[in-house]
Amino acid sequence: MANRPGGRRTKATPKNLAEVKVEVVDCDLLIIGGGNAGCFVAVEAAKQDPGLKVVVMEKAEIMRSGACSAGMDAINTYIPEGKTPEDLVRWSRSQVGGGPLREDLALSNARELNEAVDDLERWGLPILRDENGKIRYRGKWDISIHGEQLKPIMAEKAIESGAEVYNRVAGTGLLMDNGRCVGAFGLQVRSGTFYVFRARATVVATGGAGTLYKSYTADSTDSGAQIWMCPYCVGSGYAMGFRQGAELSSLEQRWVATRTKDFCGPVDTISVGYKAPIINCKGEKVMSRYAHLGGDAAPRYIRANAPMEEWLAGRGPCYCDTRNMAPDKVTAMMTDYLNERPSFVLFLASRGQDVTKEPIEIYGSDPYILGGHTMGGFWVDIGRMTTVPGLFAAGETAGGNPNKFVGGCAAEGKLAARAAITYMRADRPLPAANDPDMQAQVGAEKARVFAPLLRGADYDGVTPREMKERLQRLMDEYAGGTSQFYRTNEERLDYALKHIATLQSQFQYLKAADLHELMEASETMDRVDVAEAVVHHLKARRETRWAGWQTRSDYPERDDANFDCFVETRRDPETGIVTAFTRPYEQLVPGDRLKA
Amino acid sequence: MPPRVSLQKCNGCEDRPESCCEEACPGDLMAVDEATGKAFCRSTRDCWDCMSCTKACPRAAIETRIPYQLGYHKASLRPIMGKDRIIWKCVDINGQETSYEYKNRLKR
Repeated sequence: MANRPGGRRTKATPKNLAEVKVEVVDCDLLIIGGGNAGCFVAVEAAKQDPGLKVVVMEKAEIMRSGACSAGMDAINTYIPEGKTPEDLVRWSRSQVGGGPLREDLALSNARELNEAVDDLERWGLPILRDENGKIRYRGKWDISIHGEQLKPIMAEKAIESGAEVYNRVAGTGLLMDNGRCVGAFGLQVRSGTFYVFRARATVVATGGAGTLYKSYTADSTDSGAQIWMCPYCVGSGYAMGFRQGAELSSLEQRWVATRTKDFCGPVDTISVGYKAPIINCKGEKVMSRYAHLGGDAAPRYIRANAPMEEWLAGRGPCYCDTRNMAPDKVTAMMTDYLNERPSFVLFLASRGQDVTKEPIEIYGSDPYILGGHTMGGFWVDIGRMTTVPGLFAAGETAGGNPNKFVGGCAAEGKLAARAAITYMRADRPLPAANDPDMQAQVGAEKARVFAPLLRGADYDGVTPREMKERLQRLMDEYAGGTSQFYRTNEERLDYALKHIATLQSQFQYLKAADLHELMEASETMDRVDVAEAVVHHLKARRETRWAGWQTRSDYPERDDANFDCFVETRRDPETGIVTAFTRPYEQLVPGDRLKA
Repeated sequence: MPPRVSLQKCNGCEDRPESCCEEACPGDLMAVDEATGKAFCRSTRDCWDCMSCTKACPRAAIETRIPYQLGYHKASLRPIMGKDRIIWKCVDINGQETSYEYKNRLKR
């Protein structure tokens, strides 16, 4: 077991490809991304077979990496006594307007869920309980935690399980063998070593994709990353799989949420946790307008979009009305924030705001692709294998199954680990290390990844930041970002595709001054490739099913006759051409799809 | 301008393979300047304000600030990390002080 330090940065960078140090690591199971799902993959794999060599490729440092790095204040799904996994699937289905969703995945996840959350408590996570020792529910399915240490708690167990953790290695691409995945490539951003991880099975658990869209706070200031999702989860996992032909599902169901204004912090903490109603500038309760859809319990996309509709109708700003909260509740709420996003407490202090006198302002977030929240991600089978054999997905990267959140991503890590082990036992051995095709792939990927660094200090090119910001503005204005109140249409999407193609043709001009920028160059290319997929998904769903998450101005109605199904995309690994198609929805849990 | 490093307090964690802040930052934004031996944030506009560096610093040399474009001058929030508890001390722009303390681990 080892947690390999990232080490200090080196300023000495290679001058040509021959100077790039290559390290080949063979293992049984490779986990790309040591976050919430990835840590659970590692722990479960060791439990199933302690003899396996498990490697975690981690872009940051596993103790504080990814979406949980700042902490967490709730676990949004934990099945209470008297409820069943089927009940949870019904609730999840109703939250996404009746679906479609992958009920097979949702059910298998729900059956595994509570045990995974219990693991966290056994490992040391404080879950809040009442005076009788019963778990305290915040809402119907979500429980409160003091999760400031959530990420280190999970990471310690992954390390204890015996996994080799390679910190500060950013995944760049997959290693393939005749259509199956046999590992991945990574850039060590401190030393500049190029890693080749060869694995009998690979789980991609890199988190979702934030930063595809411009955030409204990113106004050429020191606030470029003030978003709700971790800005270091940029969709690299989706990009790596997509480039090798793995099918993506449902990216058009973007995650857009009501968040605190000017500091994109969580709102459920206030509105669900402390029952603070959402009001508009006139003091009217906004959700009462949606009483026919469930009011405060309306599907999540409706609640997310409601404050923005108020703004559009001239009734903004909107607030979470905290003015009637008792002092002990305010302390509890601030404690929740300190557990999840401590800097929101600092934000309120920097506004000099007493929330019992002034309500907390709210607004819509920038859109994210998050398979653990909504359902954009890889199309997977019941074992969480993508359409590329040997490549599994867990957590935000696995699509079709919304409302997983922390507990569900943990549960899915376990499911993916088990199926990956079954797969590798049945699969043929890895090709030899000196296999000519493998050598050719290593050479080609090394050249692709290091090119921006090798163009030289005087090269007149494009910085990763310039390209990222060009993409973010394009996506915001043409592919339904916050500035457009999430709306788009066919012509705007075609415009976006045209410019995305231009950006792809300009990857050849990217330049990096150091290893950190080299990682950024790789991330920016990943963002562009994922954005292309997102636009194809938005184009293919010619209806409006989840307003806010997915709004087509030119097709404002829901069209069940044609679109009660999944929208899928696949990129041909040879030609790079993206095609969109559909897959049917199958209802497995009986009942009214709109009711919990 | 999220993390502010106190040059008086920071020693670049000279005895460690990497400084605590460069180890902790999920965005690879912290580094130690080879010439001064002090930590710095390479790109403040890429900071998520997650406060991982601030919590990790053994010398309390890092302070997180909200960018002025979003929040006014000047408020502070300082974590004090215990074995299984955390204390936060907050001062708002009007000088109002509040402190919070809670358990963040069941056991170690």
